[in-house]
Amino acid sequence: MTKPLSVLLIDDNPARAEIVQAGLRDAGYVLLERLDGTYDLSARVGALKPDIIVVSIDSPSRDAIEDLRRTTERQPRPIALFADRSDPATIAAAMEAGVSAYVVKGLAKDRVQPVVDVAVAHFNRYHAMREELDRARLSLVERKTVDRAKGLLMEQKGIGEDAAYKLLRKLAMEQNKRIGEVAQDILTYAKALKP
Amino acid sequence: MHHLERPKVTVGFIPLIDCAPVLFAEVLGLYERHGLDVELRREVSWSNIRDKVALGLLDAAHMLSPMPLATTLGIDSVNVPMIAAMTLHLNGNSITLSNALWREIEETAPDLVGDGLAANGPLDARALAAAIARRRELGKPVVTLASVFTFSSHNHLLRLWLASGGIDPDRDVRLTVVPPPHMVAHLSGGTIDGYCVGEPWNQQSATLGIGRIAATSRQIWDSMPEKVLGTTEAWAQRNPKTLIALVKAIVEAGAWLDEPANRPEAARVLASPRYLNVPAEVIARSLSLPDFHVFHRQLANFPWRSHADWYLAQMVRWGQVAQRDDLRAVADRVFRSDIYRAAASELGLPCPLSDRKVEGAHSDPWILPTNGAPVAMGPDRFLDGSVFDPKSDNKTSTTFKQQESNHGD
Repeated sequence: MTKPLSVLLIDDNPARAEIVQAGLRDAGYVLLERLDGTYDLSARVGALKPDIIVVSIDSPSRDAIEDLRRTTERQPRPIALFADRSDPATIAAAMEAGVSAYVVKGLAKDRVQPVVDVAVAHFNRYHAMREELDRARLSLVERKTVDRAKGLLMEQKGIGEDAAYKLLRKLAMEQNKRIGEVAQDILTYAKALKP
Repeated sequence: MHHLERPKVTVGFIPLIDCAPVLFAEVLGLYERHGLDVELRREVSWSNIRDKVALGLLDAAHMLSPMPLATTLGIDSVNVPMIAAMTLHLNGNSITLSNALWREIEETAPDLVGDGLAANGPLDARALAAAIARRRELGKPVVTLASVFTFSSHNHLLRLWLASGGIDPDRDVRLTVVPPPHMVAHLSGGTIDGYCVGEPWNQQSATLGIGRIAATSRQIWDSMPEKVLGTTEAWAQRNPKTLIALVKAIVEAGAWLDEPANRPEAARVLASPRYLNVPAEVIARSLSLPDFHVFHRQLANFPWRSHADWYLAQMVRWGQVAQRDDLRAVADRVFRSDIYRAAASELGLPCPLSDRKVEGAHSDPWILPTNGAPVAMGPDRFLDGSVFDPKSDNKTSTTFKQQESNHGD
């Protein structure tokens, strides 16, 4: 029996990290620690020596992890999991789920892929749960506003209901606003721009 | 209007003052005027910018100048040929050191610090060398300095400044990477002693009284090319007209940004939580420094192949890539002055007569002949007064050991 792989998770979103951590633990991996961008990551990685580092795409810490490849003295030397893969679709799917990963040189590829699969599955699960929660949280008034804005977007942009909702959510995240506020903005602008 | 292959384009950016041309082409309706429907995507890391462009999740992006060179050379995580179609911005970076490190420097090397420094700088790096030696004697932790990415001008500028004081960047200090928006917090928390980053993150530390600026990019390599508009070579090949339209819109936004009267509005827009989330006064202060943010003047948007030559020479000097005979061809392949020339000619803007120039030869503003009216250029002096001539072989003049022996201890 080989030693279970140790995983370091870097994610600035505690709620999501919680879910991903549980998923990885259930799958039999050793969770070393969860870090966010406030840590001195190169020092922590050097001390913890993980086999695999899973980093969320929305964490700015990726650039710090990448820089560890540069140093020869310090171990481990994480390399981007996707660096030598020839399957862009898998990579794109992982990135769209919000996952990037780094492995320590020498680790066989077939031992790494399952870790990434578990991480991707749980990132997606978190986002689905979050979406459902968002919908449930909207007050009745807000829900009406959101529905009207959705309708407007579907009509104007020729997109489906799901795509319209996702667009609203994206705008809300970008502007640090609640989805109801963004929906209200859209309706206000639409009214002002009406010929 | 020319027929565009792909009018819907997604462009990524990292929130920094120098992403302004990409943003303002949208704000000013210039993308639309050139037949483009651009979706801007804010990204949180340079790794994301690189990977998403490589995978086609972004069509083009605001990029660090060395990034397309590194991906084309295959020395970064992604091995995909990328190109720079234009330069977005000159200057704008500084090196900031923490108050605590400044105190150590003042104690160990008072004669090198001098009184007039705050106004004129730069700090003599030999003063930092003395503080580093003192820490070693006392058995204190090694000085840790951050830049923003392995393949960045910030890493190269920081190394150049350290080497000018006889400091070996790979031996005498610990170099690390911290994302720009986290720099100020890391400096104040003490996980790093200093950093080299773009604005507003130097002004922000100075304003909050956390650190002091030791040297600006103007003092290390004046008029240095900071960011480019990057995409993959394959995308550029498939969408030549779209790319030229994109360049034209962003060039016009740069010209707008260089009008002093427009800078207060630029500061206001950049300050919003959607972009930098920093007070507009801090951004305005940085934008008001003379020639510190050049978006268009001085042929700023021309992707000089000599700029690429210089970055490649730095990569060789610091062991990021092995010396090879085809580096000049790599510069030609990546810094696509031909694309910029096509866009400039459609806009009626002048271009230089050559794709390369000698770097570091001008301590003062100078005049460059072009295919149109001559253009006023900014100084391009290096900190150590060296001259980088792309026609000659610069490799022996740039080793660290030579710098070290120049300065003695």
